[in-house]
Amino acid sequence: MTHPAVEIRDLTFTYPDGRQALRGVNLRVEHGQRVALLGPNGAGKTTLALHLNGIYTADSGSVQIGDLILADTSLAEVRRRVGLVFQDADDQLFMPTVRADVAFGPANLGLRGGELDARVAESLVAVGAADLAERAPHHLSGGERRRVSLATALAMRPDVLVCDEPTSGLDPAGRRELVAVLRGLAITQLLITHDLSFALELCERAVIVSGGTVVADGATADVLADEQLLETHRLSLPYGFNPATVGKRNPGA
Amino acid sequence: MAAAFGFVLAVALTPRQAVWAFAVDAAALLAVIRLARVPARFMLARLTIIVPFVTFALVIPFIASGEQMDVLGVGVSREGLWGTWNILAKAGLGATTSILLAATTEVPAILHGLTRLRVPPTLTMIAAFMIRYLELIADQLRRMRIAMTARGYDPRWLWQARPIAASAGALFIRSYERGERVHAAMLARGYAGAMPPLNQRTAGSREWLAAGALPLVAAAMAVAGLVVAT
Repeated sequence: MTHPAVEIRDLTFTYPDGRQALRGVNLRVEHGQRVALLGPNGAGKTTLALHLNGIYTADSGSVQIGDLILADTSLAEVRRRVGLVFQDADDQLFMPTVRADVAFGPANLGLRGGELDARVAESLVAVGAADLAERAPHHLSGGERRRVSLATALAMRPDVLVCDEPTSGLDPAGRRELVAVLRGLAITQLLITHDLSFALELCERAVIVSGGTVVADGATADVLADEQLLETHRLSLPYGFNPATVGKRNPGA
Repeated sequence: MAAAFGFVLAVALTPRQAVWAFAVDAAALLAVIRLARVPARFMLARLTIIVPFVTFALVIPFIASGEQMDVLGVGVSREGLWGTWNILAKAGLGATTSILLAATTEVPAILHGLTRLRVPPTLTMIAAFMIRYLELIADQLRRMRIAMTARGYDPRWLWQARPIAASAGALFIRSYERGERVHAAMLARGYAGAMPPLNQRTAGSREWLAAGALPLVAAAMAVAGLVVAT
């Protein structure tokens, strides 16, 4: 494979109200890499994520997923290749049952009958939610909702998984389950988060986006060790947390 | 669902003079309720929905014209009395049937059934989204109210209603924005303007037979009633 999993070149985007969210983003992610996308609120992280899937159309620059450059003609395939998990599970889960919700994506791809059933089962098993199939999404706990959201994206069998704030609002047990599920997935992952210990635990590489551009990019332990850098971009480590020592004990998986 | 519709239709077509036909219909319905183990209190509580119609029905004998007769020393119209019976029996049976359907069938199955019965998918989709997000919106409203109360808002008079109106507006905007985000989530999973057919279980012949028993009884009664009436 000569193409990287994701290649973003000079991406700029301005919201209709005139706010410029992205000012020339460049990012290249190799196959199988797990990358943490860090940055303060309003930095453009979510906007960037919505570009990867062609929900937003860039003013200039390009997004390439594998060998495909995002364009109107490649939109459907790019959306299959990039699985997007939204921050609010209530946005992600809109069908009356978990099963119907997970089936929604693959059914859009044209899967029918037994093939569709198998895909739904496979995705739910991957996130440890096989027993939730007949439940209504609004009756699930926060952690269950998050895992089912993940299953709806995995059902597309994506090459790249993009999660927006996957740990927000989760209790410690839910967070731990999520980490285990993400660690078990052998696909390229882009995890948008403020949760620096989560980033260090899962990702070998961290990218800081601030003010609509990439301001830092490197090994997670190195990026998190730069206190000055973190402070400039409104990030801070949990109290008493030292990435240098944690990193040695638990090298990024 | 087709069975429920068939049953109600048959009941509605049964001539009102055929009192015994309604008795059989009611007995059949009761048997199904027993079979489905729906508690009687549950049914009765939900049956109160027909009270307004019943009230209207009870007034008919006193205002309808036609041949008069004495019931307990009060002059009432014979035609009106039959009208009352007609409404009571049919509304009672119809309402009981739909409550039974709602009590034994889950919302997704009802929506799926409606789609199968060729109700336009746009309508069932709207209903599905409404059911999915109604609780969420109600919860949002409740939280906004609590937030207001926490900051000393205690509306007693009409002129204090302004924050409520403002919060309704805010709720509308929030719901609208949620709609946009949900749409984005649908697009992200390949939505192209039409709901794809999702695998859902359809009724087998045994289920058709079991569900069909009730409307068949009612249809037989309707025919019998018509025959006797002519």
